[in-house]
Amino acid sequence: MKNNILIIGGGPAGLEASSILVKMGYNVILVEKEKELGGHLAKWDTLFPDGLKAEDLLKSLIKKTEGVKCFTDTQVQSVNILDKSYNVILSNGITVLADALLLATGFDLFKAEKKEEYGYGIYEGVITNADLEQFFKGKFSIKKPKAVGFVHCVGSRDEKACNPACSKVCCATAVKQACHIKETFEEADVFCFYMDLRMFGRHYEDLYLKAQKMGIRFIRGRVSEVAETSEGRLLVKAEDTLSSKPIKVTLDTLVLMAGMRPSESGYMVGHQLNLSVEEDGFFSTKDTMLSLQKSNLEGLFFAGAATGPKTLPDTLHEARSAAMEIDNYLTKK
Amino acid sequence: MVEFGFKLSPSSRINLDLRDKASFSKLVEIEPDALKCMACGSCTASCSAGIFEETSLRSALLGLQNGDKEKALKLLSHCMFCGKCTMVCPRGINTRHLILSINKIYQVR
Repeated sequence: MKNNILIIGGGPAGLEASSILVKMGYNVILVEKEKELGGHLAKWDTLFPDGLKAEDLLKSLIKKTEGVKCFTDTQVQSVNILDKSYNVILSNGITVLADALLLATGFDLFKAEKKEEYGYGIYEGVITNADLEQFFKGKFSIKKPKAVGFVHCVGSRDEKACNPACSKVCCATAVKQACHIKETFEEADVFCFYMDLRMFGRHYEDLYLKAQKMGIRFIRGRVSEVAETSEGRLLVKAEDTLSSKPIKVTLDTLVLMAGMRPSESGYMVGHQLNLSVEEDGFFSTKDTMLSLQKSNLEGLFFAGAATGPKTLPDTLHEARSAAMEIDNYLTKK
Repeated sequence: MVEFGFKLSPSSRINLDLRDKASFSKLVEIEPDALKCMACGSCTASCSAGIFEETSLRSALLGLQNGDKEKALKLLSHCMFCGKCTMVCPRGINTRHLILSINKIYQVR
């Protein structure tokens, strides 16, 4: 029982699946394109709903991967489908003959500059959810704000941005970040511009109530445009759809909740294997209920956001399911 | 006077920079539930005064937060304190005390 399993993507899904498979006795090779393991988790400060430190979660995920051959700063150069295995050539020159392949390629954040009307990359005060996490980690600076706004659904639920789907995690992230801002800058006014608040998970609604009690103002309406005032602040316009009136407010920092798009590097791998993607750009699963970890190719599996936006708990569940599916597949073989 | 056909209309846009933050903070101090509304509309739907005169606690709270005190008070002026909204509010807001507190802070007899 020393089958080779190649896992592409060293984020939470890849890490969790690899640690389980290595314990099952398989020979697990994990490939990560960045210099560090962890994917987006490595760039995040705290996690909703309870403010768990991303760093602590990542450390425990990595700790469990003892025995896994990790190649960081490495990409998949080419993949060939052989009779009952995959021949994968990595950018570090190593060739792997894998009996099973797990795509844990995750997502890319929507490029917020594409929504030009919000002024990301034009106005200094306009930042993204990822920038704000870097600020909380002490790796990015913002001027002490008097007023801060959060724009939900940036590059999500937006056909013109080529993504009509909901990215699932941005609502809870925005509310978490809004609370964090209020805790950091007690005097600041904080506004969340939302269309629907999708606080679906356990404890998420509590987070919403906590934010309300902290005095964070929720405005139902999508920000339509952002301009700079003569003092260099941000003039933000939207409709307050609850009172059916246009609304404007001057802010210092505007945080854009960039949504999830399929990862480019994942697409490159999928393309070589002729894997089908759905209209949203994420990989198609074998079916929509019973075989979410399976692809249409024998021996090729998915875990995490490669098949659509997911929360971290969902991603970790999928990683465990994928490990089980791979074990079933290799045992039967 | 010559009528040129032009006239100045007041802006109907809400300007949050001009809202009365101090009064709302005072309201929150004596009735913290003022922050808990999630705009479901149950209060408005169940209001016994609302059948006859436009009455809405939800809209009134929104008005106060948007700096439209007159509109907010008008929306509560026909309240009979029957308490039906307290029964239906999913967030458990003490609506009667909230309305009394609004009247107190925003100085209505």
